[in-house]
Amino acid sequence: MPTFYGTEVTSRLMLGTAQYPSPAILADAFRRSGAGIATVSVRREAGGDQAGQDFWALIRKLGVALMPNTAGCYSVREAVTTAQMARELFDTNWIKLEVIGHADTLQPDPFGLVEAAAQLAEDGFEVFPYCTEDLVLCERLVEVGCKVLMPWGAPIGTGMGLKNIYGLRSVRAHFPDIPLVVDAGLGLPSHAAQAMELGYDAVLLNTAVAKAGDPAAMAHAFALAVEAGALAAGADAMDARDMAAPSTPVFGKAIL
Amino acid sequence: MKIIVNGEAQETSSSTLAALLDDIGKGEAKVATSVNEAFVSKHQRASHTLQDGDRVEIVAPRQGG
Repeated sequence: MPTFYGTEVTSRLMLGTAQYPSPAILADAFRRSGAGIATVSVRREAGGDQAGQDFWALIRKLGVALMPNTAGCYSVREAVTTAQMARELFDTNWIKLEVIGHADTLQPDPFGLVEAAAQLAEDGFEVFPYCTEDLVLCERLVEVGCKVLMPWGAPIGTGMGLKNIYGLRSVRAHFPDIPLVVDAGLGLPSHAAQAMELGYDAVLLNTAVAKAGDPAAMAHAFALAVEAGALAAGADAMDARDMAAPSTPVFGKAIL
Repeated sequence: MKIIVNGEAQETSSSTLAALLDDIGKGEAKVATSVNEAFVSKHQRASHTLQDGDRVEIVAPRQGG
């Protein structure tokens, strides 16, 4: 199992906690997924609103590690302050760092991401940057202290799967010793298996499970796919080829 | 004085951030705070004096992806 900042995790599947039809279905999906890490966020709460307190009670019962995010932050300052509030709330140095650069694609702002990652790493955070598969960006993130990289598969919530296999493979090849997580864009268990077959250490997803007709069943399917992909990655897959090659021996075929 | 809490303008007589949280029933709640975009830890709230026009954010754990 992968080790993130010195902590060995119990599953290669990391699961978000948003958009489930009900708290009970969320809990059931987590049980079936076997996920060891849940992503969470911080949002406003004042007046008589108790939603956050209720969610906290629910999430503590899941028995998983929590990784807060900075979702929706467009500036370095927003992301850093959000991370600081999240660290106090969830009592963890882990932060899934999002600095969004474009509202339509929710793609990371690479410049703000590096700046925020540097500030947070300096402040003792263990940063999990939501990034693209850009090698230069990934190098900069490592240089400022990131010991995990989380390139996207496709834009958040699209379910399109891995849109740039070449790029993801390049990141794997260039950073053989950095734990890599495909974060966002996965829609099907086969997408997760493909990420693992590329040699990635884990996947992080939310919508594909939460918005499935049966989230618990889909969570289980993702768990199996991640396991299958990881096994395949260690099994030295055959090389693809253009021309057909018979698998059944030609020698000995009856001449009829 | 008038301050802004989670985007809503309101009058308050609370002189500190800790007093404000007590006043709105969040003194014991699991929340984190910032004032004017800067994080204020729970240990700093009692000594953090509020000023007219301050922008206070109070956040709690929530679902996320």
